[in-house]
Amino acid sequence: MHATSHAFVANSKNSLNDATLRKALGNMRGGFVNKRAATIAKVPEWEALRDTGRAIKDHTLAHLDFYLEAYEAKVTASGGVVHWARTAEEARQIVLGICRTVDAKTVTKGKSMIAEEIGLNDFLEQKGITPIETDLGEYIIQLRQEPPSHIIAPAIHLTAEQVAETFRKSHTHLVPDRPLGEHRQLVEEARTELRAKYFAADVGITGANFLIAETGTSVIVTNEGNGDLTQLLPKVHIAIASLEKIVPTLEDATTLLRLLARSATGQEFSAYTTFSTGPRRAEDPDGPEQYHVVLLDNGRSGMLGSEFQDMLRCIRCSACMNHCPVYSAVGGHAYGWVYPGPMGAVLTPTLIGVDEAGHLPNASTFCGKCEQVCPMKIPLPKMMRHWRERQAEAKLSPKAMRWGIGAWAFMATRPRLYRLFTRAVAFGLSLAARKKGRFTSLPLAGGWTRVRDMPAPQGQTFQALYAKRRSR
Amino acid sequence: MSTARADILDSIRRSLGREGLDAATEAGLRQRLTAHRRQIGLARTEKDHAELVTLFEDMATALAATVAHIPNSAALPGAVATYLAEQNLPAHLVVAPALQNIPWAERPTLTVRFGKAVNEDLVSVTPVIGAVAETGTLVLTSGPDSPTSLNFLPDTHIVMVNRSQITGRYEDVWDKIRDQGALPRTVNMISGPSRTGDIEQTIQLGAHGPRRLHILILDEA
Repeated sequence: MHATSHAFVANSKNSLNDATLRKALGNMRGGFVNKRAATIAKVPEWEALRDTGRAIKDHTLAHLDFYLEAYEAKVTASGGVVHWARTAEEARQIVLGICRTVDAKTVTKGKSMIAEEIGLNDFLEQKGITPIETDLGEYIIQLRQEPPSHIIAPAIHLTAEQVAETFRKSHTHLVPDRPLGEHRQLVEEARTELRAKYFAADVGITGANFLIAETGTSVIVTNEGNGDLTQLLPKVHIAIASLEKIVPTLEDATTLLRLLARSATGQEFSAYTTFSTGPRRAEDPDGPEQYHVVLLDNGRSGMLGSEFQDMLRCIRCSACMNHCPVYSAVGGHAYGWVYPGPMGAVLTPTLIGVDEAGHLPNASTFCGKCEQVCPMKIPLPKMMRHWRERQAEAKLSPKAMRWGIGAWAFMATRPRLYRLFTRAVAFGLSLAARKKGRFTSLPLAGGWTRVRDMPAPQGQTFQALYAKRRSR
Repeated sequence: MSTARADILDSIRRSLGREGLDAATEAGLRQRLTAHRRQIGLARTEKDHAELVTLFEDMATALAATVAHIPNSAALPGAVATYLAEQNLPAHLVVAPALQNIPWAERPTLTVRFGKAVNEDLVSVTPVIGAVAETGTLVLTSGPDSPTSLNFLPDTHIVMVNRSQITGRYEDVWDKIRDQGALPRTVNMISGPSRTGDIEQTIQLGAHGPRRLHILILDEA
């Protein structure tokens, strides 16, 4: 996928002026946010579950080499094949190679963010293989030739009217004026269209929410059942996953599953949690004859031991973006690449470079809500600050900003000077604004005063008030 | 032969600032893999069995599954026929071979085929290996006795659960599956019928899998 993260500011402005997008994003609070809160309220153990989940991931990451090798041995023992891919390009070539061995014409796909990360659909199409997304949201955006705007609800930026319009345009073999005014009718139409595709596909590609070292198992979590049909009906099942998806045991996966659905959609548990181990067994009447896992690194092994290691705990629930005031305002497309919201703001610069994605860690109010709701307690704001530091060090942030922060740092490390200066400025400003108590324009603060007044300081400085309070 | 595997493992060890693991650490990790140690569960499952059955029913019903009780497996054909008639559904079944010994012939209105499902099948009947009260979740395992296609292709999935199979936690079912040997190709945890919220976060049932999930609890089993 071609990244437009460098254009985040312009992307955001377009999003903010898009009334249809505003309407679609408005559904989020009543949906994911409230449902999550209601479900977690029924789990008094929530904090302990989060701590346990974090400990599992930290333990696994500290011994990632061991668990990956243990996992591979189990996959092999159950008749599957593990393919290691250093880069997106290697992963694409591996998938293509497998497809070619069965002379694949069409490939059905369950939802996979790793497939998005490696740009799999465009690549397969170029090679003459037709990929068909089967998750309803992914199917809709594939018809519209758009990237997903959310990691678990890819079409969250669309209204039902837009979906109806897309279906009318794409499903031209159906009666043009058929009724599509109800959600029910849209879901039915997609179900009917896709059912035949599952049987026709030569290869089914899914992602994996977890890989289990103990048993060599890949796990997918879905609500629609599309991922299951995708991996059940074709001759070949390929699971593509990044290497940090590994967990040691079935018990570890189970603990993380208790966190995942509740954090994601606010469900107690998703409709379908499926554990796949190897290809169909000799006596099995159904299931794929071949089972492959593509393990993707793509820079993740380099995140270990760095200030971004904690990001590898992420289980892709989307709670951070669902609760993010910036995401809620601009939507996922503004972020310009695969992963939006706070987790994207941290992950995207590591994957495509801070020079391309440097705006993203700055697209934060630092309200801290993302860290508060993260089931894996990932310190997202802290890591966004690390990126800002790196940008400043590499002189990638705007000159005026670096100069301003430099000037502030000079003052802040000289408390007496700071007190003197702030007192003088506050006094000066209150004098200058004596009549109105606010400014309609102010040098260096045009960005603020263009759309609202700047209140003038009143009374004493905070430091003076605090000193007085303490001496009392 | 690509060096990707070796490169990735090297990169991991370099980032972690160490070589391979020492023997003692590795033995500890192997022990952790085979100990099957349970972690924190939910207090809601710390109940006696009768209460767990009630919890299972409540949770499953909240997920839009329907639940009914029958005394034993001999009553299964009648209960299935009644449910299908109530729902105005066709009485043609594809049934898991595990349920071949049920007296289906006593209900001549039902036509029954055993085996995997095909696209035209509208109603399936399967057993489970466990049922988890924690979230009203059914657990099914693949194999010649219980093909996975039965769980996803038909519009209506009818599931037979022995009362004694209902337990508190998912981990209880893992123990049961391990007792039978290696994991089967597929373990399905199913919580309610298929659903989607992909259009405007409005929940619709029957996205790709079954639109209806009907659970029959056998009270004497």
